[in-house]
Amino acid sequence: MLRETSALKPTDIRNPDTFHKVVDCQWACPAHTPVPEYIRLIAAGRYSDAYLVNWHSNVFPGILGRTCDRPCEPACRRGRVEEEPVAICRLKRVAADNKSDIRGRLTPIPAARNGKRVACIGAGPAGLTVARDLAPLGYEVHVYDGAAQGGGFIRSQIPRFRLPAEVIDEEVGYVTDRGGVVTHYGQRVESLKALLAEGYDAVFVGSGAPRGRDLDVPGRAEAAANIHIGIDWLSSVSFGHVKEIGRRVIVLGGGNTAMDCCRSARRLGGEQVSVVVRSGFEEMKASPWEKEDAMREGIPILNYLVPKQVLHEAGRLTGMVFETVKAEYDARGRRRLVPSGEPDVTIEADDVLVAIGQENAFPWIERDIGLEFDQWGLPVLDAATHQSTVPQVFFGGDAAFGPKNIIWAVAHGHAAAISIDLFCRGEDVRNRPPPDARLISQKMGIHEWSYDNDVSLDLRFKVPHAAEEVALRDIALEVELGYDRALAFKEAQRCLNCDVETVFSAKLCIECDACVDVCPTDCITFTADGEEAELRQRLKAPALNMDQPLYVADGLKTGRVMVKDEDVCLHCGMCAERCPTGAWDMQKFLLQSAQAAPCAQPMAAE
Amino acid sequence: MSFLPKPKLHHPKLPLNELGFTRRDYEGAISTLCAGCGHDSISAAIIQACWELSIAPHRVAKMSGIGCSSKTPDYFLGASHGFNSVHGRMPSVLTGANMANRDLLYLGVSGDGDSASIGFGQFAHSIRRAVNMTYIVENNGVYGLTKGQFSATSDKGSKAKKGAVNTDEAIDLVGIALQLGATYVARSFSGDKAQLVPLIKGALRHPGPAFIDCISPCVAFNNHEGSTKSYDFVREHNEAMNQLDVILGRMPITTEYAPGEVREVTQHDGSVLRLRKLHEGYDPTDRVAALHHLHERKAAGEIVTGLLYVDPEPQDMHAHLGTVERPLNALEDAALVPGAAALERINAALR
Repeated sequence: MLRETSALKPTDIRNPDTFHKVVDCQWACPAHTPVPEYIRLIAAGRYSDAYLVNWHSNVFPGILGRTCDRPCEPACRRGRVEEEPVAICRLKRVAADNKSDIRGRLTPIPAARNGKRVACIGAGPAGLTVARDLAPLGYEVHVYDGAAQGGGFIRSQIPRFRLPAEVIDEEVGYVTDRGGVVTHYGQRVESLKALLAEGYDAVFVGSGAPRGRDLDVPGRAEAAANIHIGIDWLSSVSFGHVKEIGRRVIVLGGGNTAMDCCRSARRLGGEQVSVVVRSGFEEMKASPWEKEDAMREGIPILNYLVPKQVLHEAGRLTGMVFETVKAEYDARGRRRLVPSGEPDVTIEADDVLVAIGQENAFPWIERDIGLEFDQWGLPVLDAATHQSTVPQVFFGGDAAFGPKNIIWAVAHGHAAAISIDLFCRGEDVRNRPPPDARLISQKMGIHEWSYDNDVSLDLRFKVPHAAEEVALRDIALEVELGYDRALAFKEAQRCLNCDVETVFSAKLCIECDACVDVCPTDCITFTADGEEAELRQRLKAPALNMDQPLYVADGLKTGRVMVKDEDVCLHCGMCAERCPTGAWDMQKFLLQSAQAAPCAQPMAAE
Repeated sequence: MSFLPKPKLHHPKLPLNELGFTRRDYEGAISTLCAGCGHDSISAAIIQACWELSIAPHRVAKMSGIGCSSKTPDYFLGASHGFNSVHGRMPSVLTGANMANRDLLYLGVSGDGDSASIGFGQFAHSIRRAVNMTYIVENNGVYGLTKGQFSATSDKGSKAKKGAVNTDEAIDLVGIALQLGATYVARSFSGDKAQLVPLIKGALRHPGPAFIDCISPCVAFNNHEGSTKSYDFVREHNEAMNQLDVILGRMPITTEYAPGEVREVTQHDGSVLRLRKLHEGYDPTDRVAALHHLHERKAAGEIVTGLLYVDPEPQDMHAHLGTVERPLNALEDAALVPGAAALERINAALR
């Protein structure tokens, strides 16, 4: 029943994006960390190898394994075939916790310098990534930071009970202590013009988004002594300048900073700590797991309350009044918060922490040096190259496109390092190098694969926590204990190995339907060609997830096409096991994003 | 064969049938047959048909003999009754079971060796006795388990894998079934589920001896040039008489056909077999014409498939014999042991 409709274009599997998209976690990771690759290494007990796979891509595996915003997890295919994604982030921590001494395996730094000097402003994740990527190529990288130690917001904003200082010291050290990098800690850059005058070949600005948004309601000024800007307060806590807070604390804001504030407050004497957000609970910016962690520590999250007034008596804050609102949506689906008509809510408090957002601030960049800013006060940049309107100045991290998170800062650092290297060599910075993508068959025997294709039915394992009564007494005590090796193995086995791709060869296929029949998730259909929208409807299981591509192959004897919906493929290899002619093969797709310097170590054995 | 079980995880949007089961609930153990075996596709078609008909798995008895095909009942309907009998003896075991309990749905699965050679007589008699069953022969024209000798359904002139030419005449099981009174006779191809699934559904709903000859290529020993049971040969020579849809009473009729294109046959249980004609002038209720057409097309080198014959008013063995309606295991002692007086009456009637 061949139809006369326009045909769907066969999938080009030589385009690295094709199979990269199938590895949902890696595709979603800004730094494109080869997630399944390191998870398999963890399952094999090869923690150092797993660490290095991470280190190459994301520079801070131990830090990110505790603090990453995990864009990979919502993308994880496991979450679409079962209840929850693989605990990718916490497995990363397992690699960091269990590795042996890997210093000898990091990318060597040559003794000979190439004569080029690069300045990084800010020793946060973006700047350190630039330094790490450029030092092995012989660049002399000078890292400036106003703080006494490296790490930037990683060190100042993230409470120690989530991220111990030793982890930061170690991973910052892998960048700064191996040669090629000169640190200028305690030296805040106050003038870009002056820095440029020092003759650096390139300058990277990774100075973050250092200004916390303030509250503007009546009573703010009078009660100022008890109102603290969240990020500043967190950094004072981090450096030991603040050791206590009032018994009753209100935290304003619904992001991860608010979560860090309320949990820190709980540990510094706050007994009644509540988080108050303007929007609904569901729309909060904080990651679901951070909200869970806060609520687990007895912190209520009160929603749809808009700050109206700060109450004070004799210069002392006594509480806050909030207006109760509800969400209304206009015809275009835009949300508006309107008064609900319910009475105002008053919450008594001794201190208020304001964590309602961060802003970029560049008072140290002179406006007459040709560096343009847009209407929001952000530098005008090329989105791919991170180059500013001053050719030798590049931006990354929160300083580039506004506040994001660590893993984005790392990705920016890699991109900027490539640009800086191209720029210093006099090449076109827009000429981006392609990723290194390899496709390797995993076939070992007739039905043996070099990956474990047995699909685990376990549900996500919870990460053990320290007992609450102990954790709340000590702000420096890490709450999460991390998976032990046995638990990590089980969690690692939940990974579906999405990087082991199903590769189809039409000329070998005899159209026996064996793959169609055995596929546990009904991914494969042999059918008449057609237009994509219509074809998606008549597959063995309709392909309704439009975010997931179809894999289409033509060249079959009957003139039909093979269509595979990648959406819920378990990568179990059953199609290849039941294929009599080897038309299906399971091939590992290993993609490394391009970086300025080549990989530290050859990747794990294929 | 695969060593791992098929993962339990399934498509999140897998639909449920009226009993609340997904198609995956009708599966059995993972197949141990060679990869690419046509039999696995037939198993998948049986699973699909039973799911679509919302058949309660525990009301099915699957019977088989010996051979690759006869292993397959392990690979579908894992929650059904089953009996794996002696070689070629499935038909009599099935007949006996049916005698004892007519309430179950009987599914006999056999192969060309099991039914056309060692069990040829059993096959013939179960058909002519009109046992109410679905009898599927997974016909690959070769003895696959013993490495590829010609079977009794190998076509004369066809070539074995090593080049030997078959000089013996082939048994056409469809022809035999038609001659011996099967009231639902079909032929299909494992590589065409769009055709096969409705044929199995129709057979399962047919209250009489339903026979399906399903050509099922043996990828290991009979899928080469010169074979007449290979994927390529069957696809090239397949001549479908009609396309069947099984319509259960409650389903709305959605597709419209021009007059004369569709022939509907209402079965005893109210199910409607809707046949879309693909071949001009073919009447699936005319047994003699069906036989004639079969011979004619075979001589022309075609493999005739589809629902070749159906009797809308079939009678089965129980009707012929006037047996008791209730299963024997549901009869109470008084009915099973009628007593000396009843015996006396019978004896008197025979004097």
